[in-house]
Amino acid sequence: MTQAPTTPRSFQEIILRLQTYWASKGCAVLQPYDMEVGAGTFHPATTLRALGDRPWAAAYVQPSRRPTDGRYGENPNRLQHYYQYQVLIKPSPPDLQDLYLGSLRAIGIDDSLHDIRFVEDDWESPTLGAWGLGWEVWCDGMEVSQFTYFQQVGGHDCRPVSGELTYGLERLAMYVLGVDHVMDMPFNDPGAPIALTYGDVFRQTEQEYSRWNFDVADTETLFQHFKDAEAECERILASEAEDKAGRRIIMAHPAYDQCIKASHLFNLLDARGVISVTERQAYIGRVRALAKKCADAFVQTEAGGASA
Amino acid sequence: MPDLLIELFSEEIPARMQARAAEDLKRLVTDGLVEAGLTYAGAGAFATPRRLALTVQGLSAESPTTREERKGPRADAPDQAIEGFCRSTGLTRDWLELREVGKAKVYFAIITRPGRKAPEIVAEVLEAAIRNFPWPKSMRWGSGSLRWVRPLHSILCILTDEAGAEVVPLEVDGIRAGNTTQGHRFMVPGAIPIGSFDDYQAKLKRAHVVLDPAERADMIWAEATNMAFAQGLEVVEDRGLLAEVAGLVEWPVVLMGSIGEDFLGLPPEVLQTSMKEHQKFFSVRNPKTGRIEKFVTVANRATIDNGATILKGNQKVLSARLSDARFFWENDLREAKAGMGAWLEGLKAVTFHNKLGSQYSRIERIAALARDIAPLVGADADLAEQAARVAKADLRSEMVGEFPELQGIMGGYYARAAGMPDAVADACAAHYSPLGPSDAVPSDPVSVAVALADKLDTLTGFWAIEEKPTGSKDPFALRRAALGVIRLLLSNQVRASLVPVLVDPVRRNRAAMAEAGAFPGDEVPDLSNDRVEKECALVLAADLMTFFHDRLKVFLRDQGIRHDVIDACLAMPGNDDLTLLVKRAEALAAFLKTEDGVNLLQGFKRANNILTQAEEKDGVEYSFGPEPKLAEGAEETALFKALDRAEAAILPAMKAEDFAAAMAAMAALRKPIDAFFEAVQVNSENQIIRRNRLNLLHRIRAICGGVADLTKVEG
Repeated sequence: MTQAPTTPRSFQEIILRLQTYWASKGCAVLQPYDMEVGAGTFHPATTLRALGDRPWAAAYVQPSRRPTDGRYGENPNRLQHYYQYQVLIKPSPPDLQDLYLGSLRAIGIDDSLHDIRFVEDDWESPTLGAWGLGWEVWCDGMEVSQFTYFQQVGGHDCRPVSGELTYGLERLAMYVLGVDHVMDMPFNDPGAPIALTYGDVFRQTEQEYSRWNFDVADTETLFQHFKDAEAECERILASEAEDKAGRRIIMAHPAYDQCIKASHLFNLLDARGVISVTERQAYIGRVRALAKKCADAFVQTEAGGASA
Repeated sequence: MPDLLIELFSEEIPARMQARAAEDLKRLVTDGLVEAGLTYAGAGAFATPRRLALTVQGLSAESPTTREERKGPRADAPDQAIEGFCRSTGLTRDWLELREVGKAKVYFAIITRPGRKAPEIVAEVLEAAIRNFPWPKSMRWGSGSLRWVRPLHSILCILTDEAGAEVVPLEVDGIRAGNTTQGHRFMVPGAIPIGSFDDYQAKLKRAHVVLDPAERADMIWAEATNMAFAQGLEVVEDRGLLAEVAGLVEWPVVLMGSIGEDFLGLPPEVLQTSMKEHQKFFSVRNPKTGRIEKFVTVANRATIDNGATILKGNQKVLSARLSDARFFWENDLREAKAGMGAWLEGLKAVTFHNKLGSQYSRIERIAALARDIAPLVGADADLAEQAARVAKADLRSEMVGEFPELQGIMGGYYARAAGMPDAVADACAAHYSPLGPSDAVPSDPVSVAVALADKLDTLTGFWAIEEKPTGSKDPFALRRAALGVIRLLLSNQVRASLVPVLVDPVRRNRAAMAEAGAFPGDEVPDLSNDRVEKECALVLAADLMTFFHDRLKVFLRDQGIRHDVIDACLAMPGNDDLTLLVKRAEALAAFLKTEDGVNLLQGFKRANNILTQAEEKDGVEYSFGPEPKLAEGAEETALFKALDRAEAAILPAMKAEDFAAAMAAMAALRKPIDAFFEAVQVNSENQIIRRNRLNLLHRIRAICGGVADLTKVEG
């Protein structure tokens, strides 16, 4: 069990090791979802696939955007764009904790020297109408992952229950690589002919997006986009189940894309500081309503476990 | 007499739930065993992050056989009735006995329940306990339907006697009970067979698991204080944190580390809160300087490098956290030194309550009220207003955004940084106090003024929008606010009639309601109508006063003053001056504890009863002064004189609010009143004498009634 793990040399090596590890444990290694999302959970491979009774096992990197966390690339730990590594297995296997600890070993965390702890942290996503129980995993006092047993998604009970693991990749990698400022972290191998740091790749984009998120994004346009996405989501879901050729095709995924859009637009509006405390709840409620309808639609589909 | 050992082994149980869960397991199992007819000598329950354990000693090996006789219907009853009886007893008709009862023949059922073996009962009871366990939050996992706090992995359930250990046959949702446990997750993985509770505890310890949470807490505290002491430092005590940390580890290893020099300039409250909230570190203080210089963290394992890697990691996380804190602190100080204007401006956008407008408009109200209250508490009105204006500015600071529990405390630092007078800064820091019942009460006059204004504005505001506490619901903590007002007034001996003080804040809050559009449609009142608004405010103020009186009763009851004693004082004029009210109640309570007090109360009640009855019967009030010349006999004359003396003593004492002196003077009436009733018949045949005596009794009532309404006192 404890063959001394070697220490990775770069950010990308940590990602590659996680990919290899979870592939070896039987997960389908998916690619990031091609839309702006706030967290890996929004990927339909998690949100929608956690619903219904069909078994599922997927792992993927998901670029995530949190406009309010932008710090122009100056803060050592905070970014408005960052990566999450996400694993979802349904039903949750009995040895999920051990599998998870194996993944830490795979990226070079030697658990005979470190203090790894599962500290209560229940997860809830008000925008997705989802919640679960689990922990944040601490390594020497630092949160390195979120570990959740999904109980409900989109207002539907999860049966069977999915186990979800989320790694905040930058933070985890900084810890493993012993780097103090995210921008100093080697992105590829430091010995490569063209060695790149995280800063080389992302410092400029962090500045550009921070400025746009906080000061420039046109709020009128964003409000309009929000309404459009909401309307389109509703319209898609209100369509007849049969298409013009008489095939039964429920469009849960296209509708869910609009829900994701609405959610991200809300985050942008929030960063622009134009949503008051009272309105906030109302907007979250609107996104949740969409998420619930998408979940309702998904469970009518084959992937959602509906018998044909 | 076998011993029972149960262990429910799961993934990590939240620390805050462990103690309660251990107790629940003990209660559910032992209650179930007893209900099934078993007895036991003793039981103990334990919890670690991964297990709940229960030991029951001296359990009976089987339950006794019981025999129950039940009387049924008569032999000639309809078939249906007899069949029903059979069903209810679980017997067929041939098993029923026919007996003569009087003249009738009646069916009897003899139900024998054979004793059952302990394992069978334990299995049943434990399964029920697991299925009905009262977790505050529970979950499903995998494909199962069982609920537990986190996935349940194994059940150890054995009965041990001289012959050895026996596994209780039991299976819950596919988990079959066995006789093995697991040691420390990382240090000693693998199954460990267990033969008894002693064996269990000993083997767990060898496998780096300390079963007893109290033992873990003791280990942590002893080790932490030793380490600190060795360096001339002390650990800041925090029992809640200690219990939580003991619930996060099975094998506590205490490590002490330093806080980087760069961070030692942060306020100690910030260091302590950041370390506790984010990392569950104990703060270690230099007793000479009061500065927090080090921290203690508790790891869940020993390592070959003696925790060096773990400590280094923790220190690094701490540095990142404190960098954040320092970043907030420095930004905040810049804003504070610039006068906090941007923060106050920002509070315009922060809603206090949707019917009462923004925090900004609330601050305006509090500032005005603090100004009004200042002279009542001996504070400088300008300083009180200045403090009230900035006391809540820190709500917009980055530090309070991160650590809401530091509100007020940060305000104090920022006001000082802005160059404001000490009294203002202190008031910012203290104006939320007192929060809990053991919280210190501010005593500096400016602090008192602002703390009172803050709470009174809250109370009048929520009274105005009719959001009063009901039953157990008090979402805006109004009871706590009222208790805060009471403690501020009493501990500072503030003398003021509250009702008039409440009028203006009620009116200001009604104005805020109008601005927030909180009056429904056509009911918007004309706030400029001074007479009507004042009247309306007085009604609300009076209602709020009742609430204060209720809270005061609860408060005084905890101090050992009976509710009827308080009622007797509440019935007196000026009861909205709480300091005066309490002074009176304390004097009365003390008086009623003396023999004179008890007897005087009896005499007073006797006088009052006779008088009341006579007044009801005659339909008049006997309030003419009695004529001393009509007194017959020494006792009556003596009472006249005693009343004159008492009155002469009580009136000035009351004027001076010297309740003790007034009560003492009242006590002097006890003997003359007793003697009077001993010797004299009030209801004399002679109507003139009778009326005179009733008028005399009225003087007793009036004189005593000037001190407190003794009719309200029980006994």
